[in-house]
Amino acid sequence: MTLPVPATTSAATHFAVSGMTLDRPAHLDPTRSFQGLILTLHDYWARHGCVILQPYDMEVGAGTFHPATTLRALGPRPWNAAYVQPSRRPKDGRYGENPNRLQHYYQYQVILKPNPPDLQELYLGSLAAIGLDPLVHDVRFVEDDWESPTLGAWGLGWECWCDGMEVSQFTYFQQVCGIECAPVSGELTYGLERLAMYVQNVDNVYDLNFNGLDGEAKVTYGDVFLQAEKEYSRFNFEHADTAILHQHFIDAESECRALLTAGAPKEGDGMYRVVLPAYDQCIKASHAFNLLDARGVISVTERQGYILRVRDLAKACGEAFLLTEAGGAGYERAAA
Amino acid sequence: MPDLLLELRSEEIPARMQRKAAGDLKKLVTDGLVEAGLTYEAAREYWTPRRLALDIRGVTARSKDVREEIKGPPVTAPEQAVQGFMRKAGLADISQAETRSDPKKGEFYVAVVERPGRAADEIVADLMPGVIRGFPWPKSMRWGGASARPGSLRWVRPLQSIVCTFGPETEEPVVVDFEVDGIRSGNVTRGHRFHAPEPFEVRRFDDYVAKLETAKVVLDPERRKEIIRDDAKNLAFASGLELVEDEALLEEVSGLVEWPVVLLGEFDAGFLDIPGEIIRLTIRANQKCFVTRPVDHPLSGPSGHLLPQGEKGRGGAVGSPSPLVGEGGSARSAETGEGYRLSNRFVVTANIEASDGGAEIARGNGKVVRARLSDAVHFWKTDQADLPDLDRLTPSAEKFGLDLRKPLDQRMARLDHLGVTFHAKLGTQGERVERIARLAEEIAKTLLTSPLRGGRAEGAGGGKDTVTPPPLTPPFKGEGELADLARRAAILAKADLQTEVVGEFPELQGFMGRTYAALQGEHASVATAIEEHYRPQGPSDSVPTDPVAIAVALADKLDTLVGFWAIDEKPTGSKDPYALRRAALGVIRIVVENGVRLELGATLVPSFNNLLTQLYYQGKLAAFSELEKLKDAGVPEDFVEDLEVRFGGSVKAVEADDGVGVSEFYPGWTPERFADLLFFFHDRLKVYLRDKGARHDLIDAVLASGSYPSSGPSGHLLPQGEKGGRGGADSAPSPLVGEGGSARSAETGEGFEAPAVSGTNDDLLLIVRRVEALSALLDTEDGANLLAGTKRAANLLAAEEKKGTKIAASVDAALFREDVERTLDAAIDRAESDAAGAIAAQDYEAAMRALSTLRAPIDTFFEAVLVNDEDAAVRANRLALLARIRAATGQVADFSKIAG
Repeated sequence: MTLPVPATTSAATHFAVSGMTLDRPAHLDPTRSFQGLILTLHDYWARHGCVILQPYDMEVGAGTFHPATTLRALGPRPWNAAYVQPSRRPKDGRYGENPNRLQHYYQYQVILKPNPPDLQELYLGSLAAIGLDPLVHDVRFVEDDWESPTLGAWGLGWECWCDGMEVSQFTYFQQVCGIECAPVSGELTYGLERLAMYVQNVDNVYDLNFNGLDGEAKVTYGDVFLQAEKEYSRFNFEHADTAILHQHFIDAESECRALLTAGAPKEGDGMYRVVLPAYDQCIKASHAFNLLDARGVISVTERQGYILRVRDLAKACGEAFLLTEAGGAGYERAAA
Repeated sequence: MPDLLLELRSEEIPARMQRKAAGDLKKLVTDGLVEAGLTYEAAREYWTPRRLALDIRGVTARSKDVREEIKGPPVTAPEQAVQGFMRKAGLADISQAETRSDPKKGEFYVAVVERPGRAADEIVADLMPGVIRGFPWPKSMRWGGASARPGSLRWVRPLQSIVCTFGPETEEPVVVDFEVDGIRSGNVTRGHRFHAPEPFEVRRFDDYVAKLETAKVVLDPERRKEIIRDDAKNLAFASGLELVEDEALLEEVSGLVEWPVVLLGEFDAGFLDIPGEIIRLTIRANQKCFVTRPVDHPLSGPSGHLLPQGEKGRGGAVGSPSPLVGEGGSARSAETGEGYRLSNRFVVTANIEASDGGAEIARGNGKVVRARLSDAVHFWKTDQADLPDLDRLTPSAEKFGLDLRKPLDQRMARLDHLGVTFHAKLGTQGERVERIARLAEEIAKTLLTSPLRGGRAEGAGGGKDTVTPPPLTPPFKGEGELADLARRAAILAKADLQTEVVGEFPELQGFMGRTYAALQGEHASVATAIEEHYRPQGPSDSVPTDPVAIAVALADKLDTLVGFWAIDEKPTGSKDPYALRRAALGVIRIVVENGVRLELGATLVPSFNNLLTQLYYQGKLAAFSELEKLKDAGVPEDFVEDLEVRFGGSVKAVEADDGVGVSEFYPGWTPERFADLLFFFHDRLKVYLRDKGARHDLIDAVLASGSYPSSGPSGHLLPQGEKGGRGGADSAPSPLVGEGGSARSAETGEGFEAPAVSGTNDDLLLIVRRVEALSALLDTEDGANLLAGTKRAANLLAAEEKKGTKIAASVDAALFREDVERTLDAAIDRAESDAAGAIAAQDYEAAMRALSTLRAPIDTFFEAVLVNDEDAAVRANRLALLARIRAATGQVADFSKIAG
C-alpha cells in the first residue's frame, strides 16, 4: 500500500491542502472549535490514505498504547492509521485548578509504516490544514529522543515547536516491545488541547470552545470535562483502593501470561491465537501501575520493578503478535 | 587544482551534535584522500540543522603512479614456490616476471607491478559510501522502506540528498557519482524549508554558498552566531536593554535555525519578583531564549558581569593576585541572574522572515514563557510554604535540631524522613548529612586554632605560591560559634535537593539553598556555605573563603572520599563516576589557597569512624556479633572499645539481619586503605603543583622526607605532638557518636597511620610550604652546592650499602682522624637540631637556612678526606657521618630524588 501523495514532495505542494474547500460551516473551523480541529485532522489524514480509527476502548497513558500503534508497528505489513486516543495520566490530575494540566486529555495519533520519505512535509501540511501558516508561524524540529520503558520501545525524532510551543511529537520507531522495527514506522502525536489552545488563543484549557458556537449554544471544554477532572483527581490521589489496584495488577499480569500460553501455537501453522486479548491485560496492568504511582504507594526502587514487569508482558505480546496474520506471519511468502 | 564540494542534507540534526559531526566528516574525508595518495591545500567544514558541508580546496587531480618491485624465488626454485610468488604478485604467467641475477642468489624472478595513479573523483566516489555508512553518530537510526532489510543505511535522522562535485576553478566541475543505499550523489540541493523548498543545481563551493544565501540559508555557523548575537544586542539596546549573553545557548540556537531572525518577546513584569536566575533558566531551558536586563542597573559592572553585593566583599578578601587562586571561578554567580533584576523582555530567534513581521511568533513565545514562568512561580512559592503532614517529620527534625517552622528545615527533615538513598553501601542522604555536620564542626574548630592562621601569614608571603589567609569576616565570637554555624550550614546544605525549583533545575542546587536560607534569616555565613560547599567544581572554579563554607566544603568532600574508599570504589583509569579526583583536588585547593591547616590523617579517622558507627547502628555491621571479630577485621582497637563503651552488652545481642558483615561491605578494609587515600591526595597534589609550575622532583623529594632514620641527638622528626587540644575539643552529643568517641579517635589518630606515610606528609599545606622553601633554597648557591654534596654523600652511601660495606650505627668521635670530620660532625649537630626546631615551628625557610650551613663543611670534608680509608673502622665511621648528612637533610626532603 502506498499513500496517494503527489510525486513531487516539496512542502509547497502540501501546504496547498489548506486551500482545499472542506465544505464545513464556520463554527467547525479548526481555529474556532475543538471538534473542528479533530475533524480537520481526520479529513487531512483520511485524504492521505490513513484508516481513521476510533479510540481504543480501554484506559491508556498515551496514544502509543493503542494496539493499532504498539502491535501494528511490528512486522513487515504496511499500515497507515490515524485516530484520537483519550489518554489518562493519573499523576497529572490537578483538581481542575491548573490551566494546562489534565489527568485525562486527547492525543491525535498518526502511524505510517513504513514512514513515507516526505513525512515531515506531510506533517507540515497537516499544520497548514489547521490554519498554521509556516511563513507566519515559526515551526521547528527540536531534538527529542522518545522512549517508553513500559513498552520496551524507543525511537529518534523531534518535538515539533510552533512559536516556541511543543505541539507534536514526531518519532521514527526503532524498537517496539523490545523488537527491532522492520520496516520503521513514523509516529506523529499531536497534543490536541494544547494545539487548540494555541489556535483558539486561549490561556486556560477549560475556556476552549468545544463546539465552535457562540452565546447560549457554546459548549466549552470545561463544560464537558471540568467536573470529571475534579472527581478523577480525588479518585486518583485519595480514593483509589490501593489493595484492589495491586490485586488488579497481579490479576492482569497472570491473565496476560495465561492467555499467551493458552493461545500458543499448537497446530502446524505455528500461529498464536489469543494475542490481542493478552495485550489488553498488559494495558490494564500498566494503568493499574499508573494509579498506584499516583497514590504514592510505590517507592523509587519498587517503581523500576513494576515497569520491568509491564515491559516483560509487552515483549511477550509483541513476540507473539509477530506469529499472527496481522503481525506478518507468512506475509513475505505471500508477497513473493 | 581542483576543489571538492560535499553536502549531506538530512532532516533536522540535533543541535548538540552538529559541530562534532562536521568535524568528523572533514577528518574522515581528508584522511581518506591522503591515504589514497592525494593531497589537498585546505579543508573547511560547515553545518546547518539540515546539512553537513565540506569545502576541500586544491586537491591533486590524480594520485601518483606507483611502481613496485616484488622479489621472487630463484628460477631454480620448486614449482610450489613459484606459484606462491605468482599469486602474491598477481601474475597470470611466470613469463610476466623479469629475471635478475645476483652474485649470492643467482638468477631469480622479479615482478614489476605498476599501479597507475587514479583520478581523484574516482577515489572520492570509492571513499564516500564507506564514510557515510561508518559515520560515528552518537545515536543513529533507520527509516523508510529500506529499513525492512537488514544492514540498511543508518544516519542521525533520514538522509535526503548528497551533493558531491569536483573540478578546477576554470572548468565546469563534474558530479562525483556514487550511491549509498539508494541515495545517489548529484549537484542538486534545496534551500530553506519554508522560504525556498524547491530544488536547485550547484557547481562548486562559491556558487553553493551564494545560492544557499539566496535560498535563505546561512551556511556558516559562525556567521549565524554573529548575526544572532549582534541583532540581539542591537534589538535589546534599541529598547534600552542589555542582552545577558550566554555562549552555550548561542551555540545551541545557531544549530536550530538556517535563517536566523531575532525578535523581542515580553512577559508580565510581575514575574520579576522571583530570582533572575530562575527566570533565566526557565526561559533558557524550555524556550531557548535569551534574557535581557535594564542597561542602567546600578550593579552592572564594566565587563557586564554582575556581582551581588555580598560577593564583592568576599572577593576583596582574596584580592591578592596569586597564581594559586583560580580566576573566573565566580563565573556562575557573576554571569547568572543572582542579585540583579532582569527586564521582562526576552530575545527569541526565529527561523523565518515572517510575513507579519514576527508578531505572531513573539506572541506565541510570550504565551509559552508566561506559562513556564507561572510554573516557576508556583515552585518558588511552594518551596517557601509549609509541607503537608509536618507531624511525621518530627523525628527527623529532632535528630538534626531543625526548626519545623522554617521552610528549609522542613525540606531537610523530609530528605531524612524519605530515606533518599545516597549510595546503596553508604546509606541515605540523611545519614550522610549527619556525618558531614559532625565533620564540619570538627574542622571548624581547627580553623581558628590553626597555627598558620594570622601569625604565619608574613612568612607565607615569602613563597611565590602562597596566599594571605582571608580575615575571618564576618567576625565570629569564637570557635564555639564558628563550629555551631558550620554544623547548621552542613545540616541545611543538602535541604534544597527537596525543593521544587531544584527538582526542575538541578543546576541550581546550592544557589537555591542559599537563597532560601537567606530568606528564612540564616546567618550570612551559613547561607554562603550552603551554596559554596559544592565548590570548587573544577580547576577554574573559585574556592570558598568564608570559614564556615570552608569547613562544610571540606567535610562534604572528605566524607565522599572516605566513603568511596571504604567501599573500594576508587577511580580507575579514566573512570571516575563519583568525581573523586575532583573532590580531592577541591580539598587541596581549599587548603592551599586559603592557607588552612588540615592534618588529613587526623581528619579522615573520625570521618571513617562516623561512617562505621552509622553502619553499625543500622545493623549493617551486626554480623559481627562479637567485637573481637571487628578487631580481627582490622578495625582499630580503640574504635572497637568505643563501641563497647557506647553500646555495651547490646552488641552481642544484635543479630545479623542479612548476614552481611563488615568484611563483605568493606572487603580488605585495613589501615592501609588510609595510606592509600593519602597517596591519592599526594598524587592529586603533585598534579596540582605541577600545573602551577612546581618541579615534580622537588615534590617527590619532599614527600619522601623523613624516610631515613636520624642518628643524631635531635632524633625527633615528627611534629605530630603539636596537635595539642585539637582532639580534646568537646563535641555536641549526637545520637550516633557519643561524647568522647570522636575525640578519642582523633587523638589516637596516629594508630591509623600507614607505615609508609610520614606524619609530616598528611598536612597538604606543609607539603606545599616545604616545596616552596626547598625551591627557594636550591635557587641559592649554598643550596645548589649543598644538594651536590648531599647527593654525593647519598650516592656513596647507597653504593656501599649495596656492597654490604659495614657502616657504623653511630658516629664515634674517637675514630676521627682529621679536623674536618670533627667540624662536619659538629656542624651537623647544630644544623640538624636547628632544622628540627624550625620544622617543629613549621618555619621551613629557617629549616632550609639551617641546613644550608652544612654546605661549607661538607665541601671541605670531601676535599680533604678519602671516605674509603684502608682502616675499616675509620671507613665505617666516615660512612656513618655521611648517613648523618642524609638524615639531616632528609628531614625536609630526600635530596637523592632531586634532579641535577
